[in-house]
Amino acid sequence: MDRRHFLAGTAVLVLLPFEPAAATPAAMAEAIRKLVGDADVREERVKLDMPPLIENGNTVPLTVSVESPMTVGDYVKAIHVFNEKNPQPNVFSATLSPRNGKAMIGTRIKLGDSQKIVAIAETSDGRFWSASADVIVTLAACLEEAT
Amino acid sequence: MANILVNAPKTAKRGAVIEIKALIMHQMETGFRPGPNGQILPRNIIEHFTATWDDAEIFSMEMSPAISANPFVSFFAVASESGTLHLRWTGDHGFVAEEKVAIAVE
Amino acid sequence: MRARYFAIALFLVFGASFALAQSQGQSQRGSGADTRRSGYQDMGPALQQMQDDDTANPGMLFVQQGSKLWSARVGVAGKACADCHGDAATSMKGVAARYPAIPPGADRPVDLEGRIDLCRTERQQAPAFAHDSQDSLALQAFVAAQSRGQPIAPPDDPRLSSWRVQGEEIYRRRQGQLNLSCAICHDENAGKKLAGVTIPQAHPTGYPVYRLEWQGLGSLRRRLRNCLFGIRAELYPVGAPEYVALELYLMERAKGMTMEAPAVRP
Ligand code: HEC
Ligand code: HEC
Repeated sequence: MDRRHFLAGTAVLVLLPFEPAAATPAAMAEAIRKLVGDADVREERVKLDMPPLIENGNTVPLTVSVESPMTVGDYVKAIHVFNEKNPQPNVFSATLSPRNGKAMIGTRIKLGDSQKIVAIAETSDGRFWSASADVIVTLAACLEEAT
Repeated sequence: MANILVNAPKTAKRGAVIEIKALIMHQMETGFRPGPNGQILPRNIIEHFTATWDDAEIFSMEMSPAISANPFVSFFAVASESGTLHLRWTGDHGFVAEEKVAIAVE
Repeated sequence: MRARYFAIALFLVFGASFALAQSQGQSQRGSGADTRRSGYQDMGPALQQMQDDDTANPGMLFVQQGSKLWSARVGVAGKACADCHGDAATSMKGVAARYPAIPPGADRPVDLEGRIDLCRTERQQAPAFAHDSQDSLALQAFVAAQSRGQPIAPPDDPRLSSWRVQGEEIYRRRQGQLNLSCAICHDENAGKKLAGVTIPQAHPTGYPVYRLEWQGLGSLRRRLRNCLFGIRAELYPVGAPEYVALELYLMERAKGMTMEAPAVRP
């Protein structure tokens, strides 16, 4: 019994946002490699904010910010977020410009299970930066009648 | 007409960095979930969000099925000159929704 | 098969969770200070923030939809809610905080959904909304949002007492395959953890709520059905008066607490 089945069982009728077929840490690593190629990814400058304990995986608030002057000569071009266990490793890719003034974006994502989330920022000089977060997803109690 | 909530200041000081928040009603069906009859519900998501200030695209986002239902996006913009912020969402089955906000820069 | 599998799992969860209950729950009917807590207070800061910010609270999208419906002319009468009720900010202020109530000329209580349906069928002469249809929920959210910040004020109507007694009886009765009552969780174990989730005191302060589990807006009735299903009790049919009785009891129990619809809940 893998962890997902165990959790699904203990949490009763879990309408997980995703079915068990899932991406894996390897699939995430592969998706990241595809993005960055052979470039170095340094765990600096990026901040990934998520609640450490998530009350429901359907809507998880997430903020990514990157230290950057956001000038025409030096700005964050893109921010990508990846996950290990949803069916697809890519969560979103945002394209930024110096017109943003501040490299900080927020959204809400679905997470079917506790896992690691990785944010990667690409700066205008072609370098990559990252941050990651390990989150624990609590599964809701008292759910819907069987569908 | 889609239900959309946008939070952006109507006026801003020249050069100020302002926050834009946008929320849109959309089910974001993943395409991985079984429906009541056990069949997988077809995917129906917003794939793309863009923000333009007058004619310049300043921000965009490619979404996936892992973005929550009723998607929320927040980002920043430099209030360089008075103009119209134009937000646009497009997705599966020809989904298109737009919202415009006039921002006066003084 | 799926349902059976989950039913078994449920025994495990509830059994284990009570044994492992972490924090000490507060007894609700303490003497003196009001120890009642809205489910809002049991949420983490991220979800509280989501509820507090009107442009971040997804429930507000439904309020927006409801405001459009409020001024849409429909039915044989060709009238909009607004044609009779004017500006909802004044005409609907505090209304949701009083429901369920017995409408003029009727002899049994209706909840806000039922009250809106009365206007829809009798005044607008349009077909009633389906239970929990999005349009109905959107109108409920729009009407309920006009009571935000108002205290829950159940009507002082003696005809409602027998309904409240019935509601309380259901609340205290052990039922379902798990042989649990609402009171065992929401009075005696409120504040404790159930499989990682804090058991709230079950005050109906935020309905209709945007429940993340539903990925949408839902009614108090749907919430009650979820809890009945959770203890493997037989569900009353969707339109059953038992729900209105429970709602009346819960509103009385939450009398004076602050309305916060559309709330966000996990
Ligand atoms: C043709 C006029 C008319 C229209 C249209 C109408 N209503 Fe009403 N409504 C009334 C009247 C009159 C009452 C007072 C109670 C009664 O006698 O039924 C009322 C009562 C109510 C109440 C209860 C108020 C209270 O203080 O308890 C609510 C809520 C309500 N209406 C909502 C709506 C909504 C929502 C709509 C649109 C879907 C609507 N009404 C459309 C005439 C109307
Ligand atoms: C086994 C414990 C348990 C029992 C028994 C139970 N509930 Fe619940 N109830 C919960 C939990 C846990 C939640 C919160 C769920 C969540 O956040 O995922 C909840 C939530 C609620 C809420 C929502 C509160 C809010 O803040 O919006 C209401 C109302 C409620 N229950 C009513 C009832 C009623 C009425 C009954 C009896 C028919 C009942 N519950 C039986 C555990 C229980």
